[in-house]
Amino acid sequence: MADKNKDLIDQTLQDLNNDGVDRRGFLKCMAWAGTGLVWTMSGGIPSSRAFAKTAHRSGGKGSDFTFVQISDSHIGFNKPANPDVTATLQTAINKINAMPHKPDFIIHTGDLSQLSKPSEFDTLDQVLKGASAKQIYFVPGEHDMLSDNGEQFLQRYGKGTKGSGWYSFDQKGVHFVGLVNVANLKAGGMGSLGHEQLEWLEDDLKGRSASTPIVLFAHIPLWTIYPDWGWGTDDSEQALSYVKRFGSVTVLNGHIHQIMQKVEGKVSFHTAMSTAFPQPAPGTAPSAGPMKVPADQLQKVLGITDVNYLVSGRSLAVVDSPLANSESSASGNGSGSGGR
Amino acid sequence: MKRNSFWVASLTASVIIAIVLLVAGSSTVTANDQPSAANAEVKIDNFVFGPQTITVPVGATVTWTNKDDIPHTSVSTEGVFKSKVLDTDEKFSYKFEKAGTYPYYCTIHPKMTGKVVVQ
Repeated sequence: MADKNKDLIDQTLQDLNNDGVDRRGFLKCMAWAGTGLVWTMSGGIPSSRAFAKTAHRSGGKGSDFTFVQISDSHIGFNKPANPDVTATLQTAINKINAMPHKPDFIIHTGDLSQLSKPSEFDTLDQVLKGASAKQIYFVPGEHDMLSDNGEQFLQRYGKGTKGSGWYSFDQKGVHFVGLVNVANLKAGGMGSLGHEQLEWLEDDLKGRSASTPIVLFAHIPLWTIYPDWGWGTDDSEQALSYVKRFGSVTVLNGHIHQIMQKVEGKVSFHTAMSTAFPQPAPGTAPSAGPMKVPADQLQKVLGITDVNYLVSGRSLAVVDSPLANSESSASGNGSGSGGR
Repeated sequence: MKRNSFWVASLTASVIIAIVLLVAGSSTVTANDQPSAANAEVKIDNFVFGPQTITVPVGATVTWTNKDDIPHTSVSTEGVFKSKVLDTDEKFSYKFEKAGTYPYYCTIHPKMTGKVVVQ
C-alpha cells in the first residue's frame, strides 16, 4: 500500500513539473481561485491545485468533465432572510450559464421547495429550464417530503428511482449515487437512510473496480456535524463502510446552508451553500433556522459549487463560489507562460 | 406586654384566615396551577415546542401554534394525532379524551420532541 501511495505522489509531482506552470504562475492561479475552496483528491491523496491550472489542460482529454451542485433553493420561502428566493436561484443559474465551460449536468441536493407545493415545484422547473445544462439530477430534502411522504417529488423528479427516490448513474467513468436520507425520520433522530436503501447501496457498489471514482450525494450531511440540530445521518456509517475500498470518494450534501468540508482517508465530504438563505454556524444561534444578514451581504453567503473531474488523476476539484464576490471576479491568467 | 402580643397574634390569625378564605374562593388557582382546564397552548419557535412537556386534564384541547419562520409538524409517535404541515402562524388542535402520556415530534425536524401528559 505504501508503494502504491508513493507512486501516486511521484505521479502528481511529475505532473506539476511537466505542464509549464512555474511556481509564480502556480501562485497566481491559486490567488485567482482564492475566493473559493480548492482541493483535489488524487487516488486518495489530498493535494492542493489551482483550479485555473486545471482549466488550462488541453480540451482534448475527452473524459474530463464538470458538473455543478446547487442546493436548498426553498422555492416558496418568503420571510425576511430572503423575500425572493426565486430571484436568487435565477442568479445562481445565470452564474452557471456564464461559466466558460458548460457543465455536463447539475445536481440539486434537495429542499427544492419550501412546502412541497405544486406551484413551488412549477416555479423551480421554470427557472431551471433556462440553465445551460439540460440534465439535472435531484435528491429530495425534508421540505420536499411534505405532501404524502414525497409523492409530489417522486412524480416530478423520481423517474427511474427506487424507494423514496434513490438511484445511481455513471458519467465518463465516475459512478454517482443519489441517496435519500429524509424519509421516515424517527423522533429524536437525525437523517436516516434505512435498511432497504442500504441493502440496495451495497448491491449497487458490488463488483465495481476500486479505482472507480465514487460520488455520493444526499440532502442531509452523511457525516455528523452537529447532532443537536439534526445535522448528520444516523445510519451513514454503514453506507460509508461500503465505499471504504474505493480510491476516490466524494460526498456532496446540502441542508445546512453553509460550506463545511472534511477529508477522512479517501473520502472527501463537502456541503454546499444554499441559493435561498444562509443558516448559522453550529451552536452560534438559538436554532438552525434562516439567518438574516444585511441585504447587501446576502449574495455573498449564497452560492453554487463547481466540480471539475480530471480523468488523468481521477480526481475531483470542488470549487464553491458565492453568487456575488467580495473582490472583483478574476479572469483566467496566462496559460502556462509562467511568471511575469 | 403579654396582652399586646396576644392581641397581635389574634389579629394576625384572623388576617391569615381571611386571606385563606379569599384564596379558596378564587377560581383562578387550581390544584396543578393550570389556567382554565379546557385549553392549553404549545408555542413552536426556534425549533422548540414550548413547553416541551405540557400537563392537561382529561378532555382538554391542546393547540399548537407555529411562531417559527420555518414550517413544522406535530405528530404523535404512537399514531394518535397528526397535524398537517404548519407554516408560520398556522395552528393545530387536538382534544385529549383519554388519560395517558403522548410523546410527539416534528416529522420535518425529528430532533424536535415534546410530550403531552393527560391526567
